[in-house]
Amino acid sequence: MLLSILTLISQWAIPFLLLAVPLYGMFKKVPVYESFVEGAEQGFYTAVKIIPFLVGMMVAISVFRASGAMDYLSRAVAPLTALIGAPSEILPLAVMRPLSGSAVLGMSTELMKIYGPDSHIGRLASVMQGTTDTTFFVLTVYFGSVGIKKYRYALLTGLTADISGFLASVYICNLLFR
Amino acid sequence: MLNIVWFLLLASGIIVAALNGNIEVVSEAALSAAQGAVKICIDLVGIMALWLGIMKIAEKGGLIQALARLMKPLMLRLFPGIPPEHPALGAIILNLSANILGLGNAATPFGMRAMQEMQKLNTDSSEASTAMCTFLALNTSCITLIPATIIGVRVSLGSTNPTEIVGACIFATSIAMLMAVSLDYWFRTRSPWGGKG
Repeated sequence: MLLSILTLISQWAIPFLLLAVPLYGMFKKVPVYESFVEGAEQGFYTAVKIIPFLVGMMVAISVFRASGAMDYLSRAVAPLTALIGAPSEILPLAVMRPLSGSAVLGMSTELMKIYGPDSHIGRLASVMQGTTDTTFFVLTVYFGSVGIKKYRYALLTGLTADISGFLASVYICNLLFR
Repeated sequence: MLNIVWFLLLASGIIVAALNGNIEVVSEAALSAAQGAVKICIDLVGIMALWLGIMKIAEKGGLIQALARLMKPLMLRLFPGIPPEHPALGAIILNLSANILGLGNAATPFGMRAMQEMQKLNTDSSEASTAMCTFLALNTSCITLIPATIIGVRVSLGSTNPTEIVGACIFATSIAMLMAVSLDYWFRTRSPWGGKG
């Protein structure tokens, strides 16, 4: 029931927007096609502007991960997991969460394959995948699109949100699914 | 701070690879990540063009401004540095709504448009403004009603109840969002970093 409602919303959201906005424009006597092209033109420049920022960040994260340094970091913080009541298998996921969205998706899929999607680890991995965005990616792309190099306290705020999201995931999964 | 984080990621990776005797993974990882980053940006071009085009129609019709007016009481409190009815506020609302609905690829163009509008109000164009920091605090911790990707993975792996995690996701993200907004508020009002407009 819930699944079919959710699928329905995600199937209809984009077609609805693509109809509703131009329809509203016609109603307001906006030259819809000309305005569309005018806005779309900026798409190219914005996307190209992000390239140097994203290359810099993705290279650093990828070297960190491929070299095995990431595994050392998760092993170093492993004693903490027992303290908060989380299985240690989940830890690399928490460390990776702010750094790379695609890596997290790969790791959580792997955990669900090994332990099953309806196991405690599988559910926790799912919740962590669905909680908070990839902080480094978002900051790099958004600040990069306007050429900002000094982030002030934004990174600290984002990482605190990630840690709170992780702790809250562990708490709610222990409460609901155990 | 970012300079240190970036350097540490890179340097610790290279040192660990050297100590473990598999230094060859570094070049492979660096080169393929560089190419992957460009590919992501090129893929973005079409999506950005589509949604920025649609947004221009909404803007010319006054829909974006109307949206900003509707959310005015909340937005004024979160973004005291942005004048009411400024187009930045409309773009922020669109970005957050798209995030909540799980329309990730529409959210990014709206978010960039919001950043460009906020950059026009920024006093030092190489440093983040206070409004930008608040916006990104909301954005990185934003609630998603339909975590479609992970539901899809659960379905494909044969879960008996693929959507049972939705409530837990919303709870955990709400906590993260609350923390992000409070910490951001503390930074901009109480910390020495908060001086900039």
